Amino acid sequence: MSVVIQWVSDILLLAGGLLCVTGGIGLIRMPDFFSRVHAAGVTETLAAPLLLVGLMLQLEWSLDMFKALMVLVFILATNPTASHAMAKAALHGGLRPWQADQDKTAGGAPSSNS
Amino acid sequence: MRLLFISGLLAAFWLLLSGHYVPLILALGAVSVVLVTWFVNRMDKVDGEPLSMRLGFGLVGYLAWLMWQVVLSNVTLARRIWDPRLPIRPTWQRLDTSVSTPLEKTLYANSITLTPGTLTTDVKRDHFMIHSLSPEGMEDLRQGEMEGRIRRLRI
Repeated sequence: MSVVIQWVSDILLLAGGLLCVTGGIGLIRMPDFFSRVHAAGVTETLAAPLLLVGLMLQLEWSLDMFKALMVLVFILATNPTASHAMAKAALHGGLRPWQADQDKTAGGAPSSNS
Repeated sequence: MRLLFISGLLAAFWLLLSGHYVPLILALGAVSVVLVTWFVNRMDKVDGEPLSMRLGFGLVGYLAWLMWQVVLSNVTLARRIWDPRLPIRPTWQRLDTSVSTPLEKTLYANSITLTPGTLTTDVKRDHFMIHSLSPEGMEDLRQGEMEGRIRRLRI
């Protein structure tokens, strides 16, 4: 493996790792459930792809690289569905988002969720 | 014909994932391909709308644009998380939309959720409910660039 690919891969893996930590810190710092979902999104939508692409570069052309690619595709395809299902379940369970300025919701009175 | 296409696709996918080409495993793979094709056929009869993915350059271009948007909003969100003041102002608002077909709606709602900072909590006939971490995220959606791009795909 060429040195360039090795370096690119290392950088991607490092960036992915840092973003995972960022997502974790966001998870702790965010004030309520719905904003935590956003913070968790950082790990799913950018950190995981960076890690997987970094690994794919290490694997070079092989069946394993294709498998890593498939994992990436499936993560990106299923993550929004899972997030949506979580948020909807929370709303259905009676949890309402904390909002910075409550009075500004006039334009968007929450539609019934039942 | 369509079923043949599906089974061909499944078989190729299975061969790529498996990597073990001995008779027993191959036979098991063949059985699963036949079973899944049969399931798909039955499901199409139940919901009455056979799935057709019109894969074109348009969709590929849109996905590339979407990935770039995901990167941009991830950077914004990461900066907010690391900022000691935690500059977020969550809002939960109604977003009127004119996308109509089920496939367009699915793509739009999932694209909104995939970009960190905005989250679709509900999909109704003519509007979505969006939870956004900041009013700017909501404003960007109201500008309608993403919606316009999806409508131009004509799926």
